[in-house]
Amino acid sequence: MPPDLRYSREHEWARVEKGRVRVGITRYAADRLTDVVYVELPAPGTRVSFMQPFGVVESVKAASDLYAPVSGTVVEVNAALRERPELVNADPYGEGWMIVVVPDDPGELDRLLSADDYARLVGEEG
Amino acid sequence: MAATELKRTSLYASHVAAGARMGPFAGWEMPVQYAGIVAEHRAVRTAAGLFDVSHMGEIEIVGPGALDSVQRLITNDAGRLAVGQGLYTPMCAPTGGILDDLTVFRLGIDRFLMVVNASRTDADFAWIAEHTRQATARNRSAELALLALQGPRAAAVLGRVTRADVGSLRSFHLLDGVEVAGVMCLVSRTGYTGEDGFEIACAWEQAPAVWAALLEGGRPEGLVPAGLGARDTLRLEAGYMLYGQDIDETTTPLEAPLGWTVKFDKGEFIGRAVLWAQKEQGVRRRLVGFEVRDRVIARHGNPLWAGGRRVGSVTSGTFGPWVGKSIGMGYVGVEWAAPGTALEVEVRGRRAEAVVTRLPFYRRR
Repeated sequence: MPPDLRYSREHEWARVEKGRVRVGITRYAADRLTDVVYVELPAPGTRVSFMQPFGVVESVKAASDLYAPVSGTVVEVNAALRERPELVNADPYGEGWMIVVVPDDPGELDRLLSADDYARLVGEEG
Repeated sequence: MAATELKRTSLYASHVAAGARMGPFAGWEMPVQYAGIVAEHRAVRTAAGLFDVSHMGEIEIVGPGALDSVQRLITNDAGRLAVGQGLYTPMCAPTGGILDDLTVFRLGIDRFLMVVNASRTDADFAWIAEHTRQATARNRSAELALLALQGPRAAAVLGRVTRADVGSLRSFHLLDGVEVAGVMCLVSRTGYTGEDGFEIACAWEQAPAVWAALLEGGRPEGLVPAGLGARDTLRLEAGYMLYGQDIDETTTPLEAPLGWTVKFDKGEFIGRAVLWAQKEQGVRRRLVGFEVRDRVIARHGNPLWAGGRRVGSVTSGTFGPWVGKSIGMGYVGVEWAAPGTALEVEVRGRRAEAVVTRLPFYRRR
């Protein structure tokens, strides 16, 4: 898993990009979900709150809530996932990203896990 | 449930070596997927897939009076089975509720083999033993492994590892004592995917040899190992019931679309009186298939609405990888059961448009 990202205990990742935060789910989560078939995402302008649900990802097997790893305002949504939800499985840290948020308080990201801590978390679950 | 409490089939190491993601199912640690559910689903529709279904139970009824016992236990008519033939049937309680759904094979004049759901094996065996009079019921679940080889290339795959003429075996017929990859097997032309295929039973500890030979020999035909994830999406497209989800002790075969398996004219059987009354009076609800017209997936327990009223519940739902649609099944009041009826399925507090659709969603050509 990419060492430069921060991770939530609910298996989202957060990447800081020039004061904004790109959000997706981890490969571990994508693998557990199995093949993703729909991703329900908020419209740009929507407010999201730290570790509150902001969307839903549906696989052939199950539906799962998406949790915001940071509070703020959604400014971009990955429209490609509407036609190609399989990108979440194929490239969870790249083309399978979900939203970009302008954070209220970038300091909030310190509450997330490092790559090492997240690896330990999923190691225990796996 | 802790992983340590789960049972494992003799193929556990084969699955792990093949990169399977294991998960719990009915008390067993089973492969959910290998390459991915959608890829495995497509392989079964276009080539072939190999499933480990050793978790399923096998119960033999043997001895004089075996047919009478089987006839009393099931709703379908085992009396019409020649040796080497099988059928699909519910097994009902005196209430008419479904205790399990199973396949019954006639192995001999006085010898039958029932293949039952993993989650029901112990309860079924107790029930069957209790209702078997002169004949003897034996639970062979621990000694028999079961593989399902499914797909349009299944016969070609099996033909590569056996000398037996499996290609001419007819649907719901079986061959006993067939050598597959040097292992004595019982081979039936049955399955749960909507495709042609075979189910292959052998001694528990010999399954890894059969599994490896089939995968190796089947590679040129496009055979892949397939998990319970794909098994579920395949059976749902094919309109097959899953016990514990679509049917259970609170539902009857006449409410599920299994009326064709209830043979009232064969004589007495457990549940007959209640089912006959239900047939005379007509059922009040029916299990129907539906397509969701929105970008959501119905899941077990989601409410179904019609005309502004709650009319039933979803029992199964998924995205059908082959049909390319959000599909499901559920019980609705009979006035809402006709194909074409507009329904709404409530998912996460919102209602999505759905329409009653004739089952199955997929039928092979």
